[in-house]
Amino acid sequence: MLIFSVFKTLTDQQVTVELKNDLSITGVLKSVDQFLNIRLDSIKVLDEARHPHMMAVKNCFIRGSVVRYVQLPSEHVDTQLLEDATRRESLAAVKR
Amino acid sequence: MESTIQEPFDLIRLSLSERVFVKLRGDRELTGILHAYDGHMNLIMSDVEERIMLVEGIDVGPPGQGATVKVATRKMDMLFVRGDGVILVSPPSRT
Repeated sequence: MLIFSVFKTLTDQQVTVELKNDLSITGVLKSVDQFLNIRLDSIKVLDEARHPHMMAVKNCFIRGSVVRYVQLPSEHVDTQLLEDATRRESLAAVKR
Repeated sequence: MESTIQEPFDLIRLSLSERVFVKLRGDRELTGILHAYDGHMNLIMSDVEERIMLVEGIDVGPPGQGATVKVATRKMDMLFVRGDGVILVSPPSRT
């Protein structure tokens, strides 16, 4: 749930999603759900020469399970807040 | 009480805000500063260096020879890593 919240705070920011098939897509994060499925607008594939079939695609929905990495804009991530929230969530998980 | 290790995840919790080593599927390794994780081992790390091991020339020459390992290195500022690719997370070496 914590990471879902992080992605929610990053909506309307530019992110780069790297998929497990090595396709990298940069775009504006429009929405995210609990499975970390991601909707991206105004997308651009990083290596267009290798993926010409993606050139016409302007927005997309990415199934969470095919994501390997998401590169985030570091200026919009409060690392101290993240660490505190992670500690709180891990303690709550132990009590359960 | 918070600083005692009782379950495996405690080891990762004590590595928060420290540089960790992460081994991933697909012959990938990361080092970076750990900022967040969850029960799926989804991670958020900063100042990340990724190393991808590529074995080349495995089909040429006699077995055990002719193959070379090429390492591709890449740096990323702030990274979310999906937990299903994680093999291990190792805390920083305290030397």
